[in-house]
Amino acid sequence: MRAPRPSLTATELPRLLSSTSGADLDAHQDRFGPLPSSARGLAAEVERAGLRGKGGAGFPTAVKLRAVAAGRRGRVVVANGTEGEPASAKDRALLRHAPHLVLDGATLAAEAVGAQEVILCVARDHATTRSVLDAALAERRGAGLDRVPVRVAEAPHHYVSGEESALVNWLNGGEAKPTFVPPRPFERGVRGRPTLVDNVETLAHLALVARFGAAWFRGVGTDADPGSTLVTLSGAVRSPGVYEVAAGPSIAAIIEGAGGSIDQVEAVLVGGYFGTWITVDQAASTPFAADPLKAIGAAPGCGVVFALPKGACGLAESARVARWLADENAGQCGPCVHGLDAVAGQLAMIDEGGRSSLNATESLESLLAIVEGRGACRHPDGAVRFVRSALRVFGAHAAQHRRHGACRAAAPLLPTPRTGGWR
Amino acid sequence: MSLRVVVNPITCVGHGICAELFPERISLDPWGYPIIDPTPIPPELEAHARRAAAACPTLALLLRQAGAAKR
Repeated sequence: MRAPRPSLTATELPRLLSSTSGADLDAHQDRFGPLPSSARGLAAEVERAGLRGKGGAGFPTAVKLRAVAAGRRGRVVVANGTEGEPASAKDRALLRHAPHLVLDGATLAAEAVGAQEVILCVARDHATTRSVLDAALAERRGAGLDRVPVRVAEAPHHYVSGEESALVNWLNGGEAKPTFVPPRPFERGVRGRPTLVDNVETLAHLALVARFGAAWFRGVGTDADPGSTLVTLSGAVRSPGVYEVAAGPSIAAIIEGAGGSIDQVEAVLVGGYFGTWITVDQAASTPFAADPLKAIGAAPGCGVVFALPKGACGLAESARVARWLADENAGQCGPCVHGLDAVAGQLAMIDEGGRSSLNATESLESLLAIVEGRGACRHPDGAVRFVRSALRVFGAHAAQHRRHGACRAAAPLLPTPRTGGWR
Repeated sequence: MSLRVVVNPITCVGHGICAELFPERISLDPWGYPIIDPTPIPPELEAHARRAAAACPTLALLLRQAGAAKR
């Protein structure tokens, strides 16, 4: 493996996004060096690095690479930059500020699995991202770096549309809705071919592992959670935005690093809308990494950290997000369609408070148990995890709503964007 | 090798016939969609499971070998 530049020593952060790197090819190559000439041995190196998917599920990347490489010929790589998570901005930031890193990763992944084609999927409403990518692809053609053809596809922007089977179904001419699996995309994906679907941040890390090796990748983080990860930080911080962190500092320290104060925080949402509310005490003692988060029933997901400001109502925020998640169901699976609607209704009742909310928590808990695991995809399970954590963290607050009614209406904090069609 | 029942929740529209024909492993949720008990089916119940799968109007009820990949 080639030696990293002085600016990219193994222990230094950020790796992916830095103020000195530019979106253009020269700046990219100045910082990271040239694209490695081949992807030989890459799956093994990625395995030694311990790279896990950054799209939400945290699946080991090497396992996916090997599964697709072992499949039939005509393989396809899909780089997933659709980022349907409203509170996440890291994939967009990466595509705009380091498009060549993602394209390097996609190229190397394609070569590692023997794919002749890369489809880079971005959300349809990201016009700026699209123009940055078009410029980057033109530069690469000019420099002879287009070893594997890359096509950009603008996918519908629904919460579940970035799920890999949904994305593949849309690329095959269907709606951007999850399908019944198996077969999974690694077996039957785009045009029925074995398809590697990897998040764009995962591919960016892969491009660095290919250049500098597994030991360099492990230069930050812990044995259980090696490497770094992009985090979208919002809420009660002075400088919201995308940060790069490694296992080590607590979530509270990350919030304070962005100009927040943990005394001014009510609770923290980690992992996005499929994620988990945690208490301020947990945030103070838990690093943002899979292993320590697992111990408190949470996961890094797609890297979202939202600090709910003191005085804001977590129940009102959660009820609004639960309604949005219910409305974002794909309309396919009965238990999700009806179940999430009922869940959102019960949580709204708990938020409203008063007498009618007396037994709402018990009803909600039994509903959650009925809905969990009943969809073709993990949408209902993610919503259930989110709502359960809201009940856990805001349980005492719910008792206040029961006695005194809902908090005064306030401007919404967590985004719940309108979404368009499915094709 | 024993069987277990699996439902394709996308094709299932909640006719509920399966729960009538195979109550040993299938009950209905509040909206009429099947809740599946994944416990492997003993040989003496296999005929009931097959009848339920064959009777599903949308062919959403599937029989899989127990121990095979989830779903």
